[in-house]
Amino acid sequence: MQTKNNQRTGAFGEEVVTQYLSANLIEIVERNWRIREGEIDIVALYPNGTFAFVEVKTRSSVAFGHPFEAINREKAHRLQRLALGWLATHGCLGCDYQIDVAAVLIAANGSHTIEYRAAVL
Amino acid sequence: MSLALTRSVALLGLDGHVVTIEVDIADGLPAYVLLGLPDAALSESRDRVRAALVNCAEIWPNRKVTVSLSPAWLPKSGSSFDLAICIALLSANETIAPDVIAEVVFLGELSLDGGIRAIRGVLPSLIAAQKAGVRTAVVPLANFQEAQMMQGIEIIPMQHLKQVLRWLRTGQRDVAEPLDLKWEPSDSHLDFADVAGQPGARLAAEIAATGGHHLLLIGPPGAGKTMIAERIPTILPQLSLAQAVQVTAVHSIAGSFATRSPTSLVAPIVSPHHTTTRVAMVGGGAHIIKPGACSLAHNGVLFIDEAPECPSGVLDSLRQPLEAGSITIARSIGNVTFPAQFLLVLAANPCPCGKFSGRGRNCTCTSQQVRRYLGRLSGPLMDRIDMRVLVDPVGRVDMARQELGESSASIRERVIAARAIASQRFSQCEWELNSQIPSRALRTQFQPERDAMNFLHDELDKEHITARGLHKIIRTSWTLADLSGNPRPNLLNVKQAHELRAGIEL
Repeated sequence: MQTKNNQRTGAFGEEVVTQYLSANLIEIVERNWRIREGEIDIVALYPNGTFAFVEVKTRSSVAFGHPFEAINREKAHRLQRLALGWLATHGCLGCDYQIDVAAVLIAANGSHTIEYRAAVL
Repeated sequence: MSLALTRSVALLGLDGHVVTIEVDIADGLPAYVLLGLPDAALSESRDRVRAALVNCAEIWPNRKVTVSLSPAWLPKSGSSFDLAICIALLSANETIAPDVIAEVVFLGELSLDGGIRAIRGVLPSLIAAQKAGVRTAVVPLANFQEAQMMQGIEIIPMQHLKQVLRWLRTGQRDVAEPLDLKWEPSDSHLDFADVAGQPGARLAAEIAATGGHHLLLIGPPGAGKTMIAERIPTILPQLSLAQAVQVTAVHSIAGSFATRSPTSLVAPIVSPHHTTTRVAMVGGGAHIIKPGACSLAHNGVLFIDEAPECPSGVLDSLRQPLEAGSITIARSIGNVTFPAQFLLVLAANPCPCGKFSGRGRNCTCTSQQVRRYLGRLSGPLMDRIDMRVLVDPVGRVDMARQELGESSASIRERVIAARAIASQRFSQCEWELNSQIPSRALRTQFQPERDAMNFLHDELDKEHITARGLHKIIRTSWTLADLSGNPRPNLLNVKQAHELRAGIEL
């Protein structure tokens, strides 16, 4: 089952990024926050009080382009709306926030690399 | 460093502006933003550049790429910026040293595999680059011939992106063999020896070639009007390098090197069909202003066959360039001036059926039709024509003659000799040809002999000629004097010039 496989890959990528953030002393607030409009993979809180909404893209090959290229204009707008939605439902409207993206590339031998870009939108 | 810049050239008509191409690579989602008023072809550069880079095993930065072409207010068009954008992008990505490319102009369109394709307007771009103080320019190998017309700037021809990168990274490149400028007529089979008889028209062609006097040939179909007109470039002297550069620059913008070699020193001949439009004749266009037939004929011959068949207005649009030697085209994106110093040669039938000449026995036209036909050539235009010559049907005597007519080579010798006399006379002046003597100078420094002037003044009094006509006759008479070796036009020269101008009642 291709879809199951992809879901597993995605969950693995999110797990890897969560560990990466924790290792960098960034607090994880929530994972897989889901509303009708979509899902935020990770909500994190920087030590300086800025919320970060992290979109994780996991790929096992670059045959379909770089993971970041999958974030097109429409998806970027949705991330913005989701971020504001999270802030509103948690009573944090007006807080500083940013949108980060992380790309996890899984090599054939099982090793992985993380590319993390902060405040991209 | 994630910022790099290099240079290229944007053209508006013949005027080039050196454009600085800045590329910034910033963190962020992959994106490509092109600034500086690009048109559709230029906006597509993103995909060409990306494919070329990837296919040359270079790295495409998966970050936010901003390309800025400054000055930003200048509209830019075409695919010639591809190479420069690509090089600046690689430099911003830190794979090329920035100081190597900062002062180099790059011209060329990229193919998806990294090949560098020919573009239009290389020579005018290089002229602009040199004026702006640029020392080195990379051009497509396919445009190398044309680029070589430009002196005083190092031209580096390149065929493939990989060659450019090797040169920029290691300093190594294949040195291209310089090519010789050639004077070889493209239609070398054309020769005046082919023309049977027609002494009058031959003489008129020789005078036209010597002094740059405009010519109208009238005669029935099959008499040899087209033959004579097509052979006029073969008796024109070789172009100087400066003239050839002007000609090549105009042809480069029009992209018309299929018919003419860019390094040719032969005077061009352009013969638009009589259904041609005004814009095709004088130049125009909305986004890219292209030169028309009259500018492509700069320093050469503009030959219009069946001139009375031209739609009204097309021939008259030539009046202003005939007078000024250049044409300024105004469009919303700007004003463009193209040079347009040409020798106008018109050919016409005497009447709609074409047979009204000689005894006119077979002509089926009414007298009114005959009058109206040549009347389509407007008065103001005809006033600017220095010679009207009848080309009679070739008779049996001329056709039966065994020996050939005089060859182009020997006529050209006389033309060159006469032009040499004129250019010596005009060594202190701004003009070169007899047809360009300003009227003020004709009344003072360059007057014909006294009795010749009296004759002309009498004609003026009788209203046989106009003031412009008088000046035109004197100019032609100077050419006749140069050809016959007189130091100053005498009565005979002036009468002959008068005869050539007014010989045919229209």
